[in-house]
Amino acid sequence: MTDLAHIRNFSIVAHIDHGKSTLADRLIQETNTVSERDMKEQLLDAMDIERERGITIKANTVRIEYTARDGEDYVLNLIDTPGHVDFAYEVSRSMRAVEGSLLVVDSTQGVEAQTLANVYQAIDADHEIVPVFNKIDLPASDIDRVAEQVEDVIGIDASGAIPVSAKTGEGIREVLEAIVTRLPAPKGAPDAPLKAMLVDSWYDAYLGVIVLVRVIDGTLKKGARVRFMSNGAVHGVDRVGVFRPTMQDVGELGPGEIGFLTASIKQVRDTRVGDTITTEKHGATEPLPGFKPSQPVVFCGLFPVDNAEFEDLRDAIDKLALNDASFSHEMETSAALGFGFRCGFLGLLHLEVIRDRIEREYGIDLVTTAPSVIYHVHMRDGSMIELHNPADMPDPTLVDHIEEPRIKATILVPDEYLGDVLKLCQDRRGIQEDLTYAGSRAMVVYDLPLNEVVFDFYDRLKSVTKGYASFDYQMTGYRQDNLVKMQILVNEEPVDALSIMVHRDRAESRGRAMCEKLKDLIPRHMFKIPIQAAIGGKVIARETLAALRKDVTAKCYGGDVSRKKKLLDKQKAGKKKMRQFGKVDIPQEAFISALKMDG
Amino acid sequence: MFFGGGTPSLMSPRLVARILRAADRAWGIGEGTEITLEANPTSSEAGRFRGYRDAGVNRLSIGVQSLRDPDLRRLGRLHSAAEALRTIEIASRSFDRTSFDLIYARQDQTPEAWRIELEQALSLNPSHLALYQLTIEAGTAFGARFDAGKLPGLPGDDRAADLWHLTQEVTQAHGLPAYEISNHARPGAESRHNLTYWRGGDWAGIGPGAHGRLTLDGRRIATETPLAPGEWLHAAEAGRATVHLPEDEPAEILLMMGLRLREGVDLARYDALGGPPLACLPELIGDGLLRREGDRLSLTDEGRPLLNAILSRLLA
Repeated sequence: MTDLAHIRNFSIVAHIDHGKSTLADRLIQETNTVSERDMKEQLLDAMDIERERGITIKANTVRIEYTARDGEDYVLNLIDTPGHVDFAYEVSRSMRAVEGSLLVVDSTQGVEAQTLANVYQAIDADHEIVPVFNKIDLPASDIDRVAEQVEDVIGIDASGAIPVSAKTGEGIREVLEAIVTRLPAPKGAPDAPLKAMLVDSWYDAYLGVIVLVRVIDGTLKKGARVRFMSNGAVHGVDRVGVFRPTMQDVGELGPGEIGFLTASIKQVRDTRVGDTITTEKHGATEPLPGFKPSQPVVFCGLFPVDNAEFEDLRDAIDKLALNDASFSHEMETSAALGFGFRCGFLGLLHLEVIRDRIEREYGIDLVTTAPSVIYHVHMRDGSMIELHNPADMPDPTLVDHIEEPRIKATILVPDEYLGDVLKLCQDRRGIQEDLTYAGSRAMVVYDLPLNEVVFDFYDRLKSVTKGYASFDYQMTGYRQDNLVKMQILVNEEPVDALSIMVHRDRAESRGRAMCEKLKDLIPRHMFKIPIQAAIGGKVIARETLAALRKDVTAKCYGGDVSRKKKLLDKQKAGKKKMRQFGKVDIPQEAFISALKMDG
Repeated sequence: MFFGGGTPSLMSPRLVARILRAADRAWGIGEGTEITLEANPTSSEAGRFRGYRDAGVNRLSIGVQSLRDPDLRRLGRLHSAAEALRTIEIASRSFDRTSFDLIYARQDQTPEAWRIELEQALSLNPSHLALYQLTIEAGTAFGARFDAGKLPGLPGDDRAADLWHLTQEVTQAHGLPAYEISNHARPGAESRHNLTYWRGGDWAGIGPGAHGRLTLDGRRIATETPLAPGEWLHAAEAGRATVHLPEDEPAEILLMMGLRLREGVDLARYDALGGPPLACLPELIGDGLLRREGDRLSLTDEGRPLLNAILSRLLA
């Protein structure tokens, strides 16, 4: 156990690409925590998908031992927090586990919306914040401008900011010294009943669930029997240890320390982020504040392209659910797509990550249906239905009114793109709440319906601002609006997987856009195909896909036979990637692409 | 007999004569046997035409491709339109039966321009014409150029279909209807050799990279030989140039090849080769794309330009 005065716990707050992972790598290297031989780029981001997207999905942690200029040995615990709006609650728990933050800002870029959201979480958690201006080795670096932004936009003192280059290593020592001298030591009572906060957890095939904890009070010991206060489950602690960044056993963790425990726990869903762990006997009576079970907000159907792979999909989803408590799933049957699962996610990134993992790690081709939010459908008889799937929409004559979830969106954008951003928000039924300037950048706050954002809002925002805008949101609540279910009919047959909920005023334009998209996405057939959008029985938009007129191989002689046969076989295999609706084959990508809005 | 697959017109007439004598000794070449040789339309090759005739060749197939110089250059051909016309003229002096090929649906080709070029070709009075739509295939030099956006002005689906129908109309009017997807002939002047491919007959493929088909005890056998000439020569001298393999899915191949012919395909033979049931047949007949008379199945005029789409439904 390390005495409190020699512990410093911190997180790093940064926007994607501002150098968080590189800085973490340098801190690890500078303190010889990892031998040169084992060092590889971006040690903390483990999954391929995390590396590719440059984001962190699971919290990671590393314990660094550092001999400061005062001659004392310190233990520095870094928690690398998830860096995306989808994981705001997880971020908030990580923030509560540490006392300070390094605010890393790319000195060639400036403050971004995502940085803002996380830095406000740090401020909420009463952190001491040390600004670190990265990439000073680049010619475009402008420390004075960034300092001004930090003071204007975030409202914290930037006079003590440390200029660094995580790439060259310049300034890294100063960062380590600042952690020791400027961040507070943790507080806590070693003899009080155990209170450890569950920061994150994940599944390991050999060890079962690994639980990342921050000990607040008391001592967590190997062999102890502990209780998870949210569900009352009791487990015997098998191992207690720290990350360096590989797992190393220690006998116990005292107040202020961050480490892991394993207790032969089978399912991640039994270990909820933010829960309080105490001892079975003489334990704490009050849990730590702020715990809330995670709630999926975005839903979609996942179906195997090949129906024969349904059992494989079930297996893949079960395995992924073992490691992800925030992801919900239940079986779903679609007339169009056969058997699959209705899945709930924390946000669109979360959805994409899970879908990518099923396709890549389990090799299953998926059809993903339109993402949907939860609508509150209030019936005439006074009851309320939570609608996750437009296909389940009750008979409209029995419905009194429908409410939809709203969000507060914060967007930071260089003023030259402001007009485009305002138009985008307006087009998505947004209500402007605030518009302020900081230098040449505007900060806009909009009240938006979540369903207008879940699908491709972020992509559109990036494209209209050439990637210069940053975006963050939080849920604000439900509000009644004029919402209807829109169906798509292909060759006169409704395709349930393409049904969406839409605002009545936007139905015509959405319907027209979808029909036009489908006309391009569905290959021509030997007959013409009407594509229609309808509300109830009323057609509101229509396109016609012309019949195929020519599809024949020009040259086919004796020597060409096997090559042409292969071509035919390939065509047949391609057809398997499509879904058949009556006589019409619809390619799997159509189910998502049809919903993309260009405006 | 058919000398093809490359530029056999680079051979000396003496060598052609020796090969034909060897074939005659081995199998006996009957009276009236069709003996075709493929030739390029260059003057040096045209100089050998009389020699080929004297050696026993009685039909010439010339790779003209276009009667327009800019298009010949775009297609990467070395000859000119004038050379092509002269070659056809020389060939017609030595041979009763000549055929040449043209490629259409080229870059920036209007239906009107194609009609004029096709009528010019027909005015040369060939008994046989092969008219291919330009096809961009993945994995070829053209495919790579197409992907790189370097082949602008190629017709889309609709214009390609217009050009196809125009081709049918013009050749029909001149007495050279299509007897196969891309092959047109005066009645009786069809390529007997090529009909063998489409009718699922037997042929012996001799030489580097040659494919053949044999029916042994009712089973279809595909034969193959090494592609590299040196390797083939070596293997041939050792008496093992030809590899025999059972033909993969012979019924599907019979259907794929046979439907290319106006006369169609024999369904009884398809069944005898173990072909899978053709579930969509009644629907495709009902849609006017296929015609069935007894056991004979053929494409209608509407179905012909859609053969690939029809096959993928029939064999789904």
